[in-house]
Amino acid sequence: MLNSFASVQEALDSGKSVSDILEHYLLEIEKNKHLNAFLEVFEESARASAKEVDEKRAAGNAGKLAGMVIGIKDNMAYKGHKVSSGSKILEGFESLYTATAVQRLIDEDAIIIGRLNCDEFAMGSSNENSAYGKVLNPNNEKTVPGGSSGGSSAAMAAGLCTATLGSDTGGSIRQPASFTGTVGFKPTYGRISRFGLLAYASSFDQIGTFTSNVEDATLLTSIMAGMDEYDSTLIQEPQKAYSIEAPKEKLKIAYIKDCFNSEGINPIVKAKSEAILEKLKAEGHEVAGVDFPYLDIMVPTYYVLTTAEASSNLSRYDGVHYGYRAQDAEGVEPTYKKSRAEGFGEEVKRRIMLGTFVLSQGYYDAYYTKAQKVRRLIQDKTKEIFKDYDFIISPTTPDVAFEFGANSADPITMYLQDIFTVQANLAGNPAISLPLSEDENGMPFGLHVMGASKDDENLLGFSAYLMNK
Amino acid sequence: MELTQEIRDKYQPVIGLEVHAQMLTKTKAYSNDINEYGAAPNTNVSAISLGHPGTLPRMNKQTINYAIKMGLAIGSEIAEYQSFDRKNYFYPDLPKGYQITQDITPICTGGEVVIKDAEGNEKGIRITRIHMEEDAGKSIHDIDPFNTLIDLNRAGVPLIEIVSEPDIATSQEAYDYLTEIRKLVRYLDICDGNMEEGSLRCDANISVMLKGAKEYGQRVEVKNMNSIRNVQRAIEHEIERHIIAIEKGEKIAQETRNYNALTNETTAMRSKEAANDYRFFPEPDLQPIRVTQDHIDKVKEGMPPLPNYLFKRYTNELKLSEYDAGILTDQKEIALYFEEVIKTTSNYKSAANWVMGDMKSYLNAQAIPVSEFQITPEQLGELVNLIDEGKVSHNLASQKIFPAMLENPGNPEKIAADNDWLQSNDGNEIEGFLDEVIAENPAEVERFKNGEKKLMGFLMGQLMKKSRGKADPKMATQLINKKLG
Repeated sequence: MLNSFASVQEALDSGKSVSDILEHYLLEIEKNKHLNAFLEVFEESARASAKEVDEKRAAGNAGKLAGMVIGIKDNMAYKGHKVSSGSKILEGFESLYTATAVQRLIDEDAIIIGRLNCDEFAMGSSNENSAYGKVLNPNNEKTVPGGSSGGSSAAMAAGLCTATLGSDTGGSIRQPASFTGTVGFKPTYGRISRFGLLAYASSFDQIGTFTSNVEDATLLTSIMAGMDEYDSTLIQEPQKAYSIEAPKEKLKIAYIKDCFNSEGINPIVKAKSEAILEKLKAEGHEVAGVDFPYLDIMVPTYYVLTTAEASSNLSRYDGVHYGYRAQDAEGVEPTYKKSRAEGFGEEVKRRIMLGTFVLSQGYYDAYYTKAQKVRRLIQDKTKEIFKDYDFIISPTTPDVAFEFGANSADPITMYLQDIFTVQANLAGNPAISLPLSEDENGMPFGLHVMGASKDDENLLGFSAYLMNK
Repeated sequence: MELTQEIRDKYQPVIGLEVHAQMLTKTKAYSNDINEYGAAPNTNVSAISLGHPGTLPRMNKQTINYAIKMGLAIGSEIAEYQSFDRKNYFYPDLPKGYQITQDITPICTGGEVVIKDAEGNEKGIRITRIHMEEDAGKSIHDIDPFNTLIDLNRAGVPLIEIVSEPDIATSQEAYDYLTEIRKLVRYLDICDGNMEEGSLRCDANISVMLKGAKEYGQRVEVKNMNSIRNVQRAIEHEIERHIIAIEKGEKIAQETRNYNALTNETTAMRSKEAANDYRFFPEPDLQPIRVTQDHIDKVKEGMPPLPNYLFKRYTNELKLSEYDAGILTDQKEIALYFEEVIKTTSNYKSAANWVMGDMKSYLNAQAIPVSEFQITPEQLGELVNLIDEGKVSHNLASQKIFPAMLENPGNPEKIAADNDWLQSNDGNEIEGFLDEVIAENPAEVERFKNGEKKLMGFLMGQLMKKSRGKADPKMATQLINKKLG
């Protein structure tokens, strides 16, 4: 199975061409069509690129990612290709330019094989909110692959690409990684350019990777990361070199006490995650429970702020300039109303309404301003913990993948999927989900490790150590 | 009802202006698209200014510098820390569905623009704030009978909005204030100040109260005035409308009104109750910026002298009249030219006359800008000096040398010498000419000797004719008096 860059390189070394590798994946995608992971396979452009990379390899000047075949979430711009963010409102829309992160991969000769299904505008935890149908979890096709990057996690788990890209606003990479048994990494906010990433909530969104191992996540991140004149919110300092090194010294690891005692947690998830902590302790690392007083208000804070930003970010989809326009509407206002009412799905509309409300005159201070203050408290408290500790560990999700429709009735239960992951987005820290455990039925779930802000390198090093033990 | 002066005098108008000035930056506020007026529709656009999915704004630093210049010119405080905000509203020519602006931390606060009030005294109009924002595109309703067309060339063009305190008391003051603002932006070269093309736009907030009242009257905002004169007329109309309504006991509605230049009337556009809730919030796609004192100092160094400063210098130091100083400083190009001329000559009054007279008439007649004027300031200064040194008469300089310099620019003394126009102060030569005049005009000479002194002009004329204008008039007068006196 060609599910890592190492296995791809091995195949190349044994005489296979990049085109051969690509054909392998195209065949796998065809075989797994029922998963509905891909919204579109870029067969033509991918084959042309593979041919070019093979020529480069023959000439001895291929890039670092020659042979890497990558699927991208359907919310990243790729010039001349469609992008819809899982929404009907962008049906048929083709991008005029390529996202910086995607371009950097292409510049190193990675091949972009297609765009992957996702929750509409990255809003959701099950991929059930896509306008283009649900995605099946390859581990158990009755269950969801997580969301919002559900196509990315499913494609990776089913071996349809070497790696996939996702975006993470509150857990949209790590939660699906946990549900599918893949490595899902969200770098520090501002590490990878958002230029070309269709915005959900600008101050939370971050591009990241799905891979089968930490080494590939590290390689891809090192290539995508770094300053970009098109994104002024990036970290304005040169990044350290990415290398995976096992920790040299004894580490100080924190866990948030209430996380393990939270109500909805599956006892197996709890027990196996605690077992890993015990093992680390046994290896001589310091492991300690810490208090984090904002656990209960993290999810509400997240929803106030992200919906506020989303309500503004999604204003541009108005039926006037591009994308879906209601054909029977006459006049400007009916065009807006009908196009948006018909073009957006229920969850997106719910969040636009929420966000519009919290920014409205008379409610702004009570909701938006207050949530901003709480975000600052969460950031400060998180920073404080990282003064004393190297990492914070928790389960990625309270449970394994749930069945379709299980959480659809009540949006609040669905929102609580984010409880362990959302802190990293509120505070901007890097975090990763590692496929270290399974339940009694063999369903995977991840261990969540958060690192100090801007210290993606050590987080990846420690993650490799955990994975390779 | 008729509005008599007596009724009018009971009331005090209170006026504040909001001026939007399009910055003359090379590129747009948040993209690399070219910023120019008059290009074919929808050609100066890119994925960013079209607001396409996934795009982010990129701050144009030139905009910041331009806004700082304006702030420094009127004595504002420049904010060290500034963030940006989104103003959300739907409009077909607003591609993102929001405008990036500065709601909480405007780049400039305070300062004042000085004008003259009705009595000719200086009056400062205080400035509340100047902030940076981006323009929207244009909706065009009058080309296609069935559709509204949208041109997004203007979308994302940088603007500064200059908001005044309600310190303006008359429509004339509003006119003078706007004229001053336009002069300043043109001096600073940050905006072309063209109201007809919309690169300078003005909204007026107007209310009227009884003189001495403590509380302002109901405020109305008037839009859509495309010349400074129309701003004045709209305000005048609105003041009268308010007074008549108040006199009749009617209420003024809080609303935005549209000015129609053809009818010189305002009509209601929308009431404040129906106004948008813009849902301002911090722009998460732009990091706040910090402006250091060092940076402000650097911007300051690059600024030209400003009209107020020059006006004071011309009246106080150069002893020019206020009228002259006003004309010289009205246009930056003229003022800067004059500044150069007076590096060569210290006869300021004469230099001013040349610039305001011969030079400006020529520029106007030819309809060319100062930049295309053939004569360098140094050469014009030399011409002034040539007259002062008695080498040529003013008439000869104006009628012969100046036109010759326009034809073939060069050092005026050399031109005069080449054409044999330099005045003669050779006594013997002039005496020779005078002798000829005396011999040819015995009757006039006799009358002059008998006390008919007004014939001096005739004799001088004859003498000048013989010398072809070159005789030094002073010396000639002395000689005539000596010989015939």
